[in-house]
Amino acid sequence: MSSAVQPVQAMPLSADGLDELHQAVAGFDREQLLWTSGYLAGLARLEGEPPPHTPASAAATGEGLTVFFATETGNSRKIAGDIVSAGQAHGLTVDTVDLARCKPRQLARTRNALFVVATHGIGEPPEGTDGFFDVWLGDTAPALANLRYGVLALGDSSYADFCEAGRQLDTALANCGATRIIERVDCDVDFTAAAGHWVEKAVKMAAACDDETPGKAVLRAVSSPAPIDRKRPHRAPVIVNQRITGRRSSRDVRHVELDIDGAGLAYLPGDSLGVVSSNPPRIVDAVLEAAGLDGDVIVALDGDDLAAAAALGERLEITAVSRPFLDAIARREDGLSQKLSDRAFLRDYLETRQVVDVLHEFPVDWTEQSLVDALRRLPPRLYSIASAPNVNPGEAHITVTVLDYERFGRAHWGSASGFLADEPSSVPVYIEQNPRFRLPEDADAPVVMIGAGTGVAPYRAFVEQRRELGQRGPNWLIFGNRNLDSDFLYQQEWLQYHEEGYLRHLDVAFSRDQADKIYVQHRIMEQGRRLVDWIDQGAFLYVCGDAKCMAVDVHAAILAVLEQYAGLSGEAAVERLDELRASGRYLRDVY
Amino acid sequence: MTREQSPVEKLKARSNFLRGTLAASLSNLVSGALAGDDTQISKFHGVYQQDNRDERAERNRQKLEPAWRFMIRARIPGGIVTPAQWRDLDALARRYADASLRLTTRQAIQFHGVIKCDLRNTIRGINDTLLDTLAACGDVNRNVMCAPLANFSAIHTQALQVAQAISNHLTPRTRAYHELWLDGENVAAEPEHEPLYGSSYLPRKFKIAVAIPPVNDVDIYAQDLGFIAIARDGELAGFNVTVGGGMGVTHGDAATYPRAADAIGFCSPDQAIAVAEQVVLLQRDFGDRSNRRHARLKYTIDDRGVDWFREALATRLDTPLTAPRAFRFTHRGDPVGWARAADGCWNLTIHVPQGRVRDGDEARLLSGLNAIASSHAGEFRLTPNQNLIVAGVPDDGRSAIDRQLADYGIDTLQSASGLRQQALACVALPTCGLAMAEAERYLPDFSNAVERLLARHGLEDLPLSLRISGCPNGCSRPYLAEVALVGKAPGRYNLHLGGSVNGDRLNTMVAENLDEAGILAELDRRLARYAESRQHGEAFGDFAARTARTEGAVTPA
Repeated sequence: MSSAVQPVQAMPLSADGLDELHQAVAGFDREQLLWTSGYLAGLARLEGEPPPHTPASAAATGEGLTVFFATETGNSRKIAGDIVSAGQAHGLTVDTVDLARCKPRQLARTRNALFVVATHGIGEPPEGTDGFFDVWLGDTAPALANLRYGVLALGDSSYADFCEAGRQLDTALANCGATRIIERVDCDVDFTAAAGHWVEKAVKMAAACDDETPGKAVLRAVSSPAPIDRKRPHRAPVIVNQRITGRRSSRDVRHVELDIDGAGLAYLPGDSLGVVSSNPPRIVDAVLEAAGLDGDVIVALDGDDLAAAAALGERLEITAVSRPFLDAIARREDGLSQKLSDRAFLRDYLETRQVVDVLHEFPVDWTEQSLVDALRRLPPRLYSIASAPNVNPGEAHITVTVLDYERFGRAHWGSASGFLADEPSSVPVYIEQNPRFRLPEDADAPVVMIGAGTGVAPYRAFVEQRRELGQRGPNWLIFGNRNLDSDFLYQQEWLQYHEEGYLRHLDVAFSRDQADKIYVQHRIMEQGRRLVDWIDQGAFLYVCGDAKCMAVDVHAAILAVLEQYAGLSGEAAVERLDELRASGRYLRDVY
Repeated sequence: MTREQSPVEKLKARSNFLRGTLAASLSNLVSGALAGDDTQISKFHGVYQQDNRDERAERNRQKLEPAWRFMIRARIPGGIVTPAQWRDLDALARRYADASLRLTTRQAIQFHGVIKCDLRNTIRGINDTLLDTLAACGDVNRNVMCAPLANFSAIHTQALQVAQAISNHLTPRTRAYHELWLDGENVAAEPEHEPLYGSSYLPRKFKIAVAIPPVNDVDIYAQDLGFIAIARDGELAGFNVTVGGGMGVTHGDAATYPRAADAIGFCSPDQAIAVAEQVVLLQRDFGDRSNRRHARLKYTIDDRGVDWFREALATRLDTPLTAPRAFRFTHRGDPVGWARAADGCWNLTIHVPQGRVRDGDEARLLSGLNAIASSHAGEFRLTPNQNLIVAGVPDDGRSAIDRQLADYGIDTLQSASGLRQQALACVALPTCGLAMAEAERYLPDFSNAVERLLARHGLEDLPLSLRISGCPNGCSRPYLAEVALVGKAPGRYNLHLGGSVNGDRLNTMVAENLDEAGILAELDRRLARYAESRQHGEAFGDFAARTARTEGAVTPA
C-alpha cells in the first residue's frame, strides 16, 4: 500500500480513519486487497442504504430481528408474516427465513431470532427442515452465546408428542448458551388467540433487545499471521461431508464444507483449495501386498527413519504413476523399458494405471527401501472452491468425486478423495490462488459458465458472489453430467437461482437420459445464436472440468458456433477465440 | 354464488381446455417436475406427479430436488382388457415404470415410477394398445366401473355395454390430450368447445359404477352416481339409480363426511345415458366451486335435500324416473378360483395381494400373468377388489393355466383367507402425496395380525372386510368396510367398525389415533365379545354396529 493516496474532499474518511485503514491492510498483496475490497463492499451493505436489487438482509447481518419458521401446512409462515407486521410497527427490521431453505449455520450469525415451529407426524419437524434440526439438536451444535430467542410451537394435541419439535428446539438453543427472551408457548390447532398474544409480547421483547445491539461493525487492524501454504497447512474442521449424488448414481460425489474461520485463509471465487491429505490405509495395504513388502520395516526418507507403511501413507505418491517410478522399474525389467519408448503406450499407461497396477503387472524384487526410493513425494490435491467467501464467512466448500472402482481385476481408490470419503474430522488445507480464473471486474459483464461434473464447483462460488454483491451482469450455466435424477450437482441451488432470474439461462446435458449421448458441447451448438450474441455483448466464457475430452469438445463447439452464427471463416473463428483468450474473456480451469 | 372460486377453478378456466403450460413443462430439462399449475392439469390427462417420500430428506441433504416420479392411470371402463393389451401394458411397465402394474379399486391400471422424459412414450404406448389415460383422474367423470362377474350372468354383457356407452359419452372432447401426448400438433385452429363440461369441467371428481345384484363388488353406495342392474326373465330390465355416495373426509374438518348413496328411482337401459348426463350437468351447475372440500355431489345434494335433487333431475329428463325396484345385495368379495360361466366357459379369479402385479420372491405375478396372456384367447377382467379374472377359458384350457399358476408360484396366493381376498389398501406411502400413514405396504402384516386374532377367538373362516387407507380421502373405500384403518400419522390410525357385509351401511369411528398395539387390543376385545355373544348368522360388522352404543364409539368432533 503506497502512502501516495491522498484524502480527497469527497472521501468520507477522516485522516485518522484512513490511517486505520492503511494499518489494517498493511502487508496485503494484490489478491488480498481485492478480496478486502469486496468484503468492505459487503460491510457497506450492512450499513445504511442498500444498493438497488439487494435489500439488506437482517438474517445475513445479525442485526434486527430474524423470524425462522418451520412449516408443514403454512400456518407457521402465516404467523411469521404477522411478526413482520408487528415488528415493523415497532420500527424493527424483520427478516423471515424458511428453515426448509436456510443454511443451518446461519443461526450462528444471528443475534435476535424468533422461531415459529410446527410439529408434524409423531413429534417430527416439518418436511425439509431436518437439516436445521440435525445441526442444532445434535451433540456438536456450535455455541450461541450471542443469540437471543423465543420459540412459538404449533401442534395438534390429538397426537402424541404434542409440539415436540418446538419444545426440543427451545431446549437445544438454551443448551447452546442462547438467551431466551420469552417463554415458549405451545399452540393447538386453534392457535390464533394464543399465537397472537405471544407475537405481540415477543415483538416487544425483541424491540427492547434490538436497542442494545451494537449497530456498527468495527474494522480493526489485525496482525498478519504466519502464511499458510502447502508446507504449513491449516487443519480445517469439517462442518459438512455430504454425498450430493442421488442413490441411483454411479458416482459418489461429496460436498465438503470446511471451517477456516480465523485461520487467515483468504480466497476469491476461482481459487482452489489445496488438500494436504495422507493416503488411506487400504491403499497402503494394497501397495505393500502387491510388492510383497512389510509395512513395519523401517526405511529412511528425507533424513527420517520411519516405518514403510508410514512413509507410504503420509509422504509418498502411491496412486498416480510417475515416469521416474516406471524408469526405476524399467532399469530392472527389460519388457517395460522397451515399451516406454512407445509414446502412445506410455500416455495410455500413465492415464489408466495406478501404482498398484504397475506393481502387479511388472513384478520386480522390491525392498521396502527401494520402493520408497522409487516413489515421488505425495503432492497436495487441488479442488476448485465451491463457495463465495462473502456468502459463507469462515468457510470453504469443495466438491469431490470419490474414486472407487474396479479395473484390471483390482480395486482402485483415490488418495485425497479416499481420505475425504473416510469422513475425517479435519482436513489440512491451504489456498492455491488461481488469478487466471476470476470473475470479470465489470459487474455488468455477462458470464457464460460451461462445466461438466465437479467442474461446476467454481460456478457455485461465482454465482453466490455476483448475487451477493448485487451484480447485474447476466449469468448462464451450461452443465453436463450423467443423469438428471441423481447427478445434477447443486440442483436445488441452480433451480432457485434460475427461478429468481439470477441465472438468466440454465442449460443441461445429461448424457445417459436418452439413447443418444448428449454433452455440454451439444447444448452449446443448439444455443449457438445466443452464445454469439452474448460474446458480442462482452460475455466472459468459462470452461471448467475434464481437460481430455470435455474441454476439447467445448473448444471445437465454440469455434463451430463462431463460424455458423458469427459468419466467420474457420481461420477467423480461431483468431476470434484467441483474441478472447488473450483479452481474458475465454478462461479455462481444466484438469 | 358470490363466493370466490377456488384457485383450482381459476386454473381450469384459464387452462385452455386442459393444456395449461404442459408442453413447456415437458420440454423443461432442468427439473424432473412439471410447473406447479401443470401438476393440477396433468391429472385430467391421467398423470399424477409424485415423489418418493422415503427419499425426501435424503435428497434435500443432497441438494437435489425431490425424486419426481409420475403415476399414470390407464382408464379401462368395466375393467376389461384383452390378453394382447395386457402384454403391451406389461412391456410398458417393465420399460418405463417400476416393473409393476397396480390394479386399482376402480378397475383401472396404474403405472408408478415413470420419469418425466418417459411420460410421452408411456402414454403413446397405452394409446397404441387402444386404451387411454384421459380423464382417469381430475375433475371429470373417472373410469366407469362395471361388476365383472366371474360367474357371468346373461345381463353382464348388456350392463357392460351401458357402462362403456356412459364412459364414451362423458369423455372430455378436448384435443389437448392428442396434442400433448400423441401427435404433438396443435390442430385446434378455431376455439375449442367442451359441449358437456364447459371450460371449467366439474367442481370435483365424479365416480360412476354399474352393479349387478346380488354382488355389490363395485361398492355402489360409495359412488356419486350408481346404476344397479335389475333383471327380469334373464334380461336387463333397467337400473335403480343411486346418487350422492362419496368417501372423502378431511381430518379435523367436521363439515366433511363420508356418505352412502341414496336410491332415487328406476330408469330403462335406454335412458341410462341421459340420466348420467343430466346428473353430471346438475353437479356441474350446482356443485360448490369455492371449496374443494365441499364440492362432491354428496354435498350438493345434502345442501338442498334429496327431494330437490330428484325434482331437479325430473325437470331435465324427457321421461322421469319411476320408483326403485326391489333387489338384494348379499356380498362384495370375489370368489377366488375356477367357476363355470353361463356360456359354458370357465373363469379363473386370481387373488392379487393389494392389487400389485409384480414379480415377488415367491409369487411372480407379472411374469406369470404375461405367460397366461401369451397363450390365452379370452379376456382379462379387473375386479373392484383389485383381483384379476382370466375369463373365457375352454374346458381343455384349464390345466395349462393351472400349470402356469404353479410355475410362477401364483397358486399359493389362491389359498389366501377370505379376509385377504377382499382386503383393500390404497397405494399410500411412499408415492402418494396425500398419505399420512402406510397402507399398501402395511396390509400384509396387519392381515397377519388380524388373522391371529380371529384364530384366537375361533373365527378363522370369518370373511371379514378389512380396508386400510393412508389418509381420510378414502381411495380404498374404508368407510364401507366392517373393519377399517384410516391413516392419521406414521404408525397411527383411526379405527372404524360396523360397515355391513354387502356395503350398504357406513361404519363409525370407534377409536382415534391408535398405534398397532392399540388397534389390536381394541379389536381383540371386540372380537372376543362377538365370539361369545353374536346372534345367529350375525356378521362382525353388524354386531359392531348393533353394539356401538354399549361398546363405545367416537363421534368425530
